[in-house]
Amino acid sequence: MIRVTRSTIIDTPVARVWEVLRDFNSHWAWHPAVGESNIENDEPADQVGCVRNFFLKDGNHIREQLLALSDRDYVSTYCILDATLPMRHYVATVQLKPVTDGERTFWHWQSTFDVPRGREKEFEELVGKGVYEGGFEGLRAFLRRGGIATAPSPATVSGAMPAQAVVATAFGGPEVLRYETVSAAAPLQGEVRIRQTAVGVNYIDVYVRKGLYRMIEPPAAIGMEAAGVVVDAGPGVAHLLPGDRVAYACPPPGAYATVRTLPADQVVVLPEDVSDEAAAAVMLKGMTAEYLLHRTFRVRPGHAVLVHAAAGGVGLLLCQWAKALGAKVIGTVSSDEKARLARDNGCEFPIVTRDYRFAQEVKSLTNGRGADVIYDGLGRDAANENLEALAMTGHWACYGQASGPFDKLPDLSAKSGTLSRPVLFHYTAERATLQEIAGNVFRALRERTIRVELRHRFPLSAAAEAHRELEARRTTGSIVLLP
Amino acid sequence: MIKVYTSTVIDAPADSVWAQVRDFNGLPKWTPFVAESRIEGGLASDRIGCVRNFRLKDGGVIREQLLTLSDYEYQCSYAILESPMGVENYVATLKFTPVTDGNRTFAEWSAEFDCAPEKEKELAQNIGQGVFQAAFDALKTLLRK
Repeated sequence: MIRVTRSTIIDTPVARVWEVLRDFNSHWAWHPAVGESNIENDEPADQVGCVRNFFLKDGNHIREQLLALSDRDYVSTYCILDATLPMRHYVATVQLKPVTDGERTFWHWQSTFDVPRGREKEFEELVGKGVYEGGFEGLRAFLRRGGIATAPSPATVSGAMPAQAVVATAFGGPEVLRYETVSAAAPLQGEVRIRQTAVGVNYIDVYVRKGLYRMIEPPAAIGMEAAGVVVDAGPGVAHLLPGDRVAYACPPPGAYATVRTLPADQVVVLPEDVSDEAAAAVMLKGMTAEYLLHRTFRVRPGHAVLVHAAAGGVGLLLCQWAKALGAKVIGTVSSDEKARLARDNGCEFPIVTRDYRFAQEVKSLTNGRGADVIYDGLGRDAANENLEALAMTGHWACYGQASGPFDKLPDLSAKSGTLSRPVLFHYTAERATLQEIAGNVFRALRERTIRVELRHRFPLSAAAEAHRELEARRTTGSIVLLP
Repeated sequence: MIKVYTSTVIDAPADSVWAQVRDFNGLPKWTPFVAESRIEGGLASDRIGCVRNFRLKDGGVIREQLLTLSDYEYQCSYAILESPMGVENYVATLKFTPVTDGNRTFAEWSAEFDCAPEKEKELAQNIGQGVFQAAFDALKTLLRK
């Protein structure tokens, strides 16, 4: 436990100093370290129990709660609820006393708190000098200016936070991606602002960057998936609180950023045993595997399942999970190395092919019957082989079209087959279903039904390099960017 | 119940100030109005409950009992047992707090007491200014040397 005490004499009568300091939301006006401040839920600043949000000029964010306020003794006591700084159990008291011989004020500022071992000195300095002594000087200057602290805080008007983001400056190759300074707006009704700690890279990001999926108009940030910590939430957001560890996988693009504001209904709270990196690596691909195996088609023990790109991000998860469901897992891969990886992840029969020839192999592995379900991210160029490899009354789930969309609808009557063109974001559109799907993914991780194959980490600023690796098929498993 | 509160800033570290005033029998050393003082019964002057018996330069005799003494908080409090001032239930507290900005000391002296209504204003003025402020001023002069 550290105790920090600072005190000073202000050459102003106590009533005037207290007029400023009793306002729990005044610091933006006089404290040099505080950029913006607002009180949550529009509560009055002298409401005991009210919570203020400080956005410090150094980028840190602190939520503090008013514990006690005494106009009789000129005392204000408050604690930190959440902070982007590693300070715990912080309780501080500001006390003023009149100096009766002369119109002056004694100001005593004291706190106790815990910090990680070895960082005591750093934080004693930060709090004592930066916050308290800095505050003494700031208030003196404010009083000299004749400042009034009761003007509305700018945070309630703007409140944008500086951020870095990877922006597609045009549609094109990885070279169109630029690491730029942007701002994350204060969350409006139904929105949440997240300080992101890990960002997932998915093939859809490449399509968005190229303009194949017209989900952005350049210049705009890309990215569908990330994990992080809630900075603040707008009105009407009931399921998230500042400080919550969260993740999401959803449009609109914009996840390649240090801080991001987005609709809160697609954001879920992370369980303690799922790390930020694992969440960023698995949310989109894991939820895709979940709905493909349980909702688009319900895989049962004994089903023959054909997984294309079985060593890819979604492919590995489909193999692991389908195997756990008791299926016979057949996969296609492009190299012997990827075949080994697929086999290690539950794909009992990996087929190495670089020209979409696999139907005969699938048939011979299934006594001529074909696959009960095909998980197809390939599209046009594999259409004929897929129809050939499909079992009678089988289901063909075309969840991606890496080689382009079908020229025409395949002749499903040849097999009484069914074809679907599922999209994750339709399955997760309802918040209750999203929670269910995400919950199943977290449980599968916990029970090791699926495993995160996180083999590639890049700094957020190196997103273009990550895209080059992904497009050159030099990666396996998941890629995350670290802000 | 009358309350008197006097405070000031002394240009010396709290340790030095406290060293000067913590002796409950030391009023003649730093106040301008006490001629002599002794502790009754030969007790130590930092024994809680001890009584100082002192004579003012104008001849009046006062007996005060030490109620609390804190070297941790630089604070003591005492009650008047007998005095010529006409006060009842008189309890006073003397407290010093370091001012970290400049290595100075914030000094507070407060008292609560009862008295005849017509004497309230005069007594509050005498105690607040004539005793507390005058003693603080003397202390400041002493510590400046």
